[in-house]
Amino acid sequence: MVSLYDELGGAPAIEAAVDIFYRKVLSDDHISRFFEGVDMERQAAKQKGFLTMVTGGPNSYTGKDMRVGHAHLLKLGLDDSHVDAVVGHLGDTLRELGVNDERIAQVAAIANSVRDDVLGRSPQASA
Amino acid sequence: MPVLHHGDLHVAVEPGETALDALLRGGVAVPNSCRAGACQSCRLRASAGAPPAASQVGLKETLRQRGHFLACLCRPEEDLTIAVGEDPPQDATVVSITDLGADVVRLRLRPASPLAYRAGQFVTLLRPDGLARSYSLASVPDPDDDILELHVRVLPHGRMSGWIAKDLRAGARVQVRGPEGDCFYTASAPEQAIVLIGTGTGLAPLYGIARDALRQGHRGPITLLHGAVTPAGLYLVDVLQDMSREHDNFHYLRCALHGDPAEGLEIGGIEAVAARHFPKLAGHRVVICGDPDRVAALRKQSFLRGARMSEILADAFVTAPPPPAV
Repeated sequence: MVSLYDELGGAPAIEAAVDIFYRKVLSDDHISRFFEGVDMERQAAKQKGFLTMVTGGPNSYTGKDMRVGHAHLLKLGLDDSHVDAVVGHLGDTLRELGVNDERIAQVAAIANSVRDDVLGRSPQASA
Repeated sequence: MPVLHHGDLHVAVEPGETALDALLRGGVAVPNSCRAGACQSCRLRASAGAPPAASQVGLKETLRQRGHFLACLCRPEEDLTIAVGEDPPQDATVVSITDLGADVVRLRLRPASPLAYRAGQFVTLLRPDGLARSYSLASVPDPDDDILELHVRVLPHGRMSGWIAKDLRAGARVQVRGPEGDCFYTASAPEQAIVLIGTGTGLAPLYGIARDALRQGHRGPITLLHGAVTPAGLYLVDVLQDMSREHDNFHYLRCALHGDPAEGLEIGGIEAVAARHFPKLAGHRVVICGDPDRVAALRKQSFLRGARMSEILADAFVTAPPPPAV
């Protein structure tokens, strides 16, 4: 099966998607504080890596990268609600790009699979 | 097999290898992480040779034009020289030092050999004793005129700016290194609306870029917004007003944080003034130069108002700290 990454159009499409996604994230008061003081372009490159990963593109992030990368944000109060917000914006971005709900659900599942890494938790049994 | 030149290292790229593979094999510690063109840790610049387009995917146009590429995506088709360290400086003669008002002097220099630069880039000025400061170029490359123009804000304890304003004379010798910088006009979209926003001497590169765009036949609207703390901090006002009368598609706006509003002068923070004039920036190119805090805030604001990340160019002017009190 073709990956969503390829279906969307590969790297150039992800370029366009990052702008849309990152704009939604920065405009969300619930999560924007976690992006304070971060160089915008460097952050956008990380969002690009994240979008590439969740759409099945060439491997970029590992669970360890997500764990290490978000560790300093736990002190600032990073929790499930913030991860929910990001996954929501991801879905909205893909919807804007014409992706169907079934594919969006698959992507959300991939994003959620790194939730415990992002939040520095050991893997939990589903509630 | 293409050869990569990196300082004293010359390594042939073997079949199936990327530039990253070859350089790592040659012992160069190129930063890298994803090996997939996503993280951009492995971005390098080719000072000679053309990197393949496939290795430039995801980079801004200005970076592509300067030969930047991602080593992990690069399968070179020809020899490449990787830019390492600084260019050697060259001699330059002072042509004139002119007071522009607002504590800004215009320094005109003639380099020993014409500098290949793009309007908006910057050079590093070297004093005979080795003191170095970077200044943006306000001039536009011209085959008939090799003069470089810099705008220097004279700071109260500025070692370089004080020397330029008080001690430097026409005919004196200095050195310049460069050019460097990725803030310049590219002619790929002649109908695009361009917004140029600068604080203080951030005006210098924007003045160059505006003239460069017009000279290259840019047809879309070009709006330049210059901001200062007080109205006295604005300079080149008459020149820019003349330019806007001469060119239908060039518009000049100015603002000051404090002071009395006047004809054509708005009072307010530059972000607020920019937000009023440019509420929607989708499809625009935005170039932002000057004070680092203002530049960061304007970049974010421009992005949130719809400008694509790849269409926002920014150059933050960092001031050297004053010498320690003795």
